[in-house]
Amino acid sequence: MANKVWVFVDQFKGEALTASWEVVAVGRKLADELGSGVTAVVIGGSVEALAAPSFHYGADEVVAAEDASLEDYRAGAYASVLSKAAGEAGAEVILFPTTTRGRELAGMVAIDLNTGVLVDVTKLGLEDGELLATRPVYAGKLLSKVKCAAKPQVVTLRGRAFEKPEADESRSGTVTKVDAVVAEDAIKTKVTGYEADDGGVSLLDTSVIISGGRGVSNNTKMDPPGELTEDSEIEVWKAQQGFKLIGDLADLLGGAVGASRAAVDSDYIPYAAQVGQTGKLVSPDLYIAAGISGAIQHLAGMRSSKVIVAINKDVDAPIFKYARFGVVGDLYDILPPLTAALKERLGK
Amino acid sequence: MKIVVCVKQVPDSAATVVVEDGQVTWGDSPLVINPWDEYAVEAALRLTEEHGGDVVALGLGGEDAKEALKHALAMGCSEALLISDPALAGSDTQAVSRVLAAAVQKIGDADAVVFGKQAIDSDTGVTPAMVARLLDWPALTLVSSISLADGLVKADRAMEEGRQQVEAKLPIVLSIVKDYGEPRYPSFMGIRKASRAEIPLWGLSDVGIDAPASVVTWPEVFAPPVREITNEIIEGGSPEEIAAKLADKIMEEKVL
Ligand SMILES: Cc1cc2nc3c(=O)[nH]c(=O)nc-3n(C[C@H](O)[C@H](O)[C@H](O)COP(=O)(O)OP(=O)(O)OC[C@H]3O[C@@H](n4cnc5c(N)ncnc54)[C@H](O)[C@@H]3O)c2cc1C
Ligand SMILES: Nc1ncnc2c1ncn2[C@@H]1O[C@H](COP(=O)(O)O)[C@@H](O)[C@H]1O
Repeated sequence: MANKVWVFVDQFKGEALTASWEVVAVGRKLADELGSGVTAVVIGGSVEALAAPSFHYGADEVVAAEDASLEDYRAGAYASVLSKAAGEAGAEVILFPTTTRGRELAGMVAIDLNTGVLVDVTKLGLEDGELLATRPVYAGKLLSKVKCAAKPQVVTLRGRAFEKPEADESRSGTVTKVDAVVAEDAIKTKVTGYEADDGGVSLLDTSVIISGGRGVSNNTKMDPPGELTEDSEIEVWKAQQGFKLIGDLADLLGGAVGASRAAVDSDYIPYAAQVGQTGKLVSPDLYIAAGISGAIQHLAGMRSSKVIVAINKDVDAPIFKYARFGVVGDLYDILPPLTAALKERLGK
Repeated sequence: MKIVVCVKQVPDSAATVVVEDGQVTWGDSPLVINPWDEYAVEAALRLTEEHGGDVVALGLGGEDAKEALKHALAMGCSEALLISDPALAGSDTQAVSRVLAAAVQKIGDADAVVFGKQAIDSDTGVTPAMVARLLDWPALTLVSSISLADGLVKADRAMEEGRQQVEAKLPIVLSIVKDYGEPRYPSFMGIRKASRAEIPLWGLSDVGIDAPASVVTWPEVFAPPVREITNEIIEGGSPEEIAAKLADKIMEEKVL
């Protein structure tokens, strides 16, 4: 009997994204409840090494598509592999991580298999034998229960929303090789290059985030170098000094640096760091907001963090209402001793 | 060239959205163009400014969903079109994608369909991929820069790990991210023109399809459980003393 639950393992250059294993583990649980097995799909140029961890996290079978034409991620070609394999096997549920690739592939596969898709789900279970999911809408201002009446049910799962998966290295399974479906000359897109980001910790993948806002440029104590004359240059320079303090703390804690939109729009830091409704939606265990007022669009992106700490000069800043701990003060005064104090306590 | 840009009307991002009697409401907050779609309009306009041609703004929604399209017109789109049909109430993303794809074909001769990254109400972000699949056009999604020459589009895509440089031939589906560049403000003339514009309304018969079956339903929408947060202000003493107290408190939470 073919497995009812299928899972897409998202990888980049042969390395799986952590969210992929969360999804395999959720697939395992679901399959146990359905009395069936899990098939994990790996697609790429050389991805067979991902089979072992797929088994460890809960897969019974790995379908591996390896081909030169699949070396670079191209949505159309990847989707065709998935749709063919899962479609022919009669998959009932196909799970993806909500990554940029996962989201896009889920949409394409849903069209190929004539079904719908439940996107960015944070809770998944069975009710009367049917899949029932919960997902945030309106940037998390509300939650929605969602169902899909057609099969297969295509679902993408939000990273870090489900239990941290445990690897069981004694588990193994069977590897089934499949071919690419679309020939190279019929693939409509070409990848001509790739530029890595600066390699900092990813906001979506971390349990600690330290964010800075417009307040980071409000530094009355440091004098900018004399060659800076434009106000905007001086502002950015000041902000960068503040983001260095934020970066020091993030480095100590192995966390990522985030920002408000005001900080991004003022060119203090690239857009990739923006947290909020039109940035990244994050939910770390610890979120420290420095010089951020707590606008509704910012809160939408981080409100579900486990412990929120706010450092802000203004006692009336809305962020304090959402913070477990607040310090009414200047971030330039508080951050350096905070980093030092945590360093001592962590024995680093 | 002819570009179709898909714009959705959504409650303002600053709206307090709540559920009352099972209905989602946002008080007096205005309905606006989906903020991500402003980037899509900007990209479509820049492409036609550079290469000639027209931009058609396409929306799907209730009969009152014209504000978003008016904004697109005010920014500089030459035409707008609203698909509205009672049979589309409660449509899921897949059904919306089928109607949008059919409308693009009905409009005809489009070289590109441009989307925002995601609608800030439903937060799905899969419509561009679905429409591309339905049209069987290449999809370059999450694009932060575009160049076009001899029918070949070169673009940078934003992924988790960095930027992927990709290319594909027209006709093409694009979705645009914020790194592309700030959308323009509507000009005074643009606003005047948009306020006078009659936006044609198409029913499904005008699109030329039957209502696609929706398979995704949302039996319940509810407010997230209120989290009981005890707010504690750490104060007293020098910054060093405050920082030390805060560090102790953070350690006690066992999140590090
Ligand atoms: C469509 C739309 C989408 C949006 N999406 C997002 C989004 O995704 N993410 C987002 O963040 N915003 C978003 N916004 C913007 C949002 O409305 C706010 O403008 C923004 O979050 C404000 O950023 P801020 O808190 O850094 O700046 P401000 O509101 O200016 O706050 C700065 C804070 O710093 C404090 N401060 C100043 N100096 C110091 C100091 N030395 N030490 C300590 N504190 C200090 C001040 O008291 C103040 O509270 C969006 C807005 C719109 C319209
Ligand atoms: N009802 C709609 N009318 C017009 N465009 C839409 C509609 N729904 C989605 N879109 C487009 O698809 C993009 C992604 O939306 P979504 O997949 O719903 O998050 C949006 O940014 C719009 O460009």
